[in-house]
Amino acid sequence: MLQLYGVGVGSRLLLGTARYSSPAVLTEAVRASRTEIVTVSLRRESGGERSGQAFWALIRELNVRVLPNTAGCHSVKEAVTTAHMAREVFGTPWIKLEVIGEDDTLQPDVFGLTEAARILCAEGFEVFPYTTEDLVVAERLLAAGCRVLMPWGAPIGSGRGLNNLFGLRTLRAHFAGVALIIDAGLGVPSHAAQALETGCDAVLVNTAVAQAGNPVLMAAAFAQAVEAGRTAYEAGAIEARDFASPSTPVVGTAFLR
Amino acid sequence: MRILVNGVWREPGAAELGAVLEEFGYRGAVVSTAVNGEFVATEARAHTLLADGDRVEVLAPMQGG
Repeated sequence: MLQLYGVGVGSRLLLGTARYSSPAVLTEAVRASRTEIVTVSLRRESGGERSGQAFWALIRELNVRVLPNTAGCHSVKEAVTTAHMAREVFGTPWIKLEVIGEDDTLQPDVFGLTEAARILCAEGFEVFPYTTEDLVVAERLLAAGCRVLMPWGAPIGSGRGLNNLFGLRTLRAHFAGVALIIDAGLGVPSHAAQALETGCDAVLVNTAVAQAGNPVLMAAAFAQAVEAGRTAYEAGAIEARDFASPSTPVVGTAFLR
Repeated sequence: MRILVNGVWREPGAAELGAVLEEFGYRGAVVSTAVNGEFVATEARAHTLLADGDRVEVLAPMQGG
């Protein structure tokens, strides 16, 4: 079973809660995904509308673990303060640490990320850093105290899949015992299957489900893909080769020319 | 006293953060607060005095990816 900071997790699919057409669709998608972890954020609350209160009530009814994020933070200070606020509201030391460095790609600012991770790990947070596939950055994050890495597949919401499969394979091989969760950029279930086949431990998906024609059906499809990918990884895939290799035995072939 | 609450200028009757939150409709709400960019824990709100021009952020759980 996948272990994330000592917590056993049955499902290798994490689901984001944003961009659904309605709370009802979100609820059904979470159930169809069979996820045990959903990501959430903190945003300004109006004393009149109190819309966050209704959302929080909905999430609590789903009986899933929450992983709060620091989405939208562009500096170490913003991210650290947001993490403190999230820990109080959500009652968890888990934090999906995002420090954004570039607005077009939402690429992580890995320098700010490692600094924020160092501060938060020292304060007892259990940090899930949204990072790139860069090995040296990963090394720094682990040295800071992170025990999970969340490399991007592609820019958030792009649906491009695994942009740098080689980089992710390298990351997997280099940090064999570290939980790798592909965060961001997946578009279709086959992307998730590929991530799991490659040995990544889990994927986090949001837009690909929430913005699908039928989000509930797509959530189920991602659940199946993640299971298939993980099973394939455990089964051990063959090596790709350049030329054909007959699968039907050659010995005993009739001579009929 | 004028303070900025979630980006909107307000004029509270009270000066303590906890009382200001109640005044502006947050009684019983699950929220987290920051003043001038610094986190203020729930237990510290009652004795956190606000000053003219302070920036108060009141955040609640929301959808996220």
